[in-house]
Amino acid sequence: MTSARALRDLGEHPVWIRMEGISKRYGVRSVLSDIDVCFRPGRITAVLGPNGAGKTTLLKMLLGLVRPDGGRITVEEIPLDGDPGYRSEIGYMPQLPHFPDNLTGRELAGMLDDIRGFQGMPDESLAAELGLEGELDKAFRTLSGGNRQKLNAALAFRYRAPVLVLDEPTAGLDPVAARVLKDRVRRERDAGRTVLMTSHDLGQLQALADDVVFLLDGRVRFEGEVGRLLEDTGEADLEGAIATFLLEHTSPGTDGLEGVA
Amino acid sequence: MNVWMKVTRYEIRNVVRARALLGYGLFFLVASAGLVRMGGGVERVLPSLSNLILLTVPLVSVVVTTIFLYDGRAFNELLLSQPVGRDDLFKGLYLGLALPLAGAFAVGAGLPLLAAGGFAAAPGPVAVILGAGILLTAVFVGLGFLVAFSLKDAAKGLGVALLLWLLLTVVYDGAVLWASHVLAAYPLEKPMLAAMVLNPVDLARLMSLMAVDASVLLGYTGAVFQDFFGGPLGVGVSTGALAGWVVLPYLGALRRFRQMDF
Repeated sequence: MTSARALRDLGEHPVWIRMEGISKRYGVRSVLSDIDVCFRPGRITAVLGPNGAGKTTLLKMLLGLVRPDGGRITVEEIPLDGDPGYRSEIGYMPQLPHFPDNLTGRELAGMLDDIRGFQGMPDESLAAELGLEGELDKAFRTLSGGNRQKLNAALAFRYRAPVLVLDEPTAGLDPVAARVLKDRVRRERDAGRTVLMTSHDLGQLQALADDVVFLLDGRVRFEGEVGRLLEDTGEADLEGAIATFLLEHTSPGTDGLEGVA
Repeated sequence: MNVWMKVTRYEIRNVVRARALLGYGLFFLVASAGLVRMGGGVERVLPSLSNLILLTVPLVSVVVTTIFLYDGRAFNELLLSQPVGRDDLFKGLYLGLALPLAGAFAVGAGLPLLAAGGFAAAPGPVAVILGAGILLTAVFVGLGFLVAFSLKDAAKGLGVALLLWLLLTVVYDGAVLWASHVLAAYPLEKPMLAAMVLNPVDLARLMSLMAVDASVLLGYTGAVFQDFFGGPLGVGVSTGALAGWVVLPYLGALRRFRQMDF
């Protein structure tokens, strides 16, 4: 049975992702060193770490965009074997929305429906909640930065995928749109979907995340519930907890909190 | 419909709306119409049109491809996060760029020839010259893919693409001529033939000019080649070698794309 087939059989059920012994080097620089990490089903997991800690690399490995030098990735105990079919179970919101300049939002959505072979009714409610409907017939190059990011979000949530991978989802959104999106992320979690996300806004992550994976120097320094992290560090919030971690694990002169997330 | 066909369709839809493509088609339309009007007959303008094609088609193909690929890098990342295999995406992107570029060239350069009765007066030479332009498009789109997927930095990539064009269209024949002058005391026919096969622009030039029987315009390597093979055989061999040139950069770029991290 291929991984893609098995994943499709999961239907709307939550997915358990396991990454074991994952390593990645870019030239001489080791980004991830033999890390093991699990993403629990039906939960929002925040992947944190200073700039260059390997957060985006980790998420991209799950999507097959970055190839690990070693280790294996399994979803519901089925190893990913190069068959791209499993990605129909993932909704991905990249950090920066760079879509073809000359296509409209509606054409982009239609294109993704077509390429995914999506048969059902797509979920267009987020586009409506974000007030994007009037912008969907405009060429992408004419959209403002905020509307581009709204379109990016609407496309990621369009397929009711069991797993959502969100890289800096609220970056560039106005406070109203950011709030709409955060509410939506919570609702998806409550519906049993697994959400993996990064964000520079630690306050936002604390309000949203159930679990934290904290990466530092290519290794997982903490993996578990947000509450346990706060308990372990004796801090009242995520920002303080991460600061404590950084002070304990980095030498003076290393980037501080500014680069975290 | 296969996934690669879907990608091709959407890439074409994106590329044909780019002003650069419209400008490219119009350029050839105006140039070809101008040559026909001033040149006094289709057959007489074919060598001039061929020289224009040999300079312009490689330049536009490699530059437009490189720019589109660097611009589209993040979107390709999004497409790969969908249930799309890398080979399918690559094939779709390649055809999505090569077909509109070849189409804009063929329509732009071909329409005035058609209007002037060129396809009736000299069907063979016209077909060979347009075919050479289409093959050159495929070669240089492939080279653009190879460059864009080998170098992450867009400025460096564009620089290398331009250098490649300069090397293959201008520098190469000069270097071969210089080598033939320095090594004049030795038998050079076979090395010259090899030198010609190693350059797709030389192959296209040879193919075109032998088709219109304009040996006076052939460079040194072309003269050797024509002497060695004669007319129809030369056209066949140069076309086959040029087709090989289409495949090599394509396969090299595909290999690179399969290993790439996004």
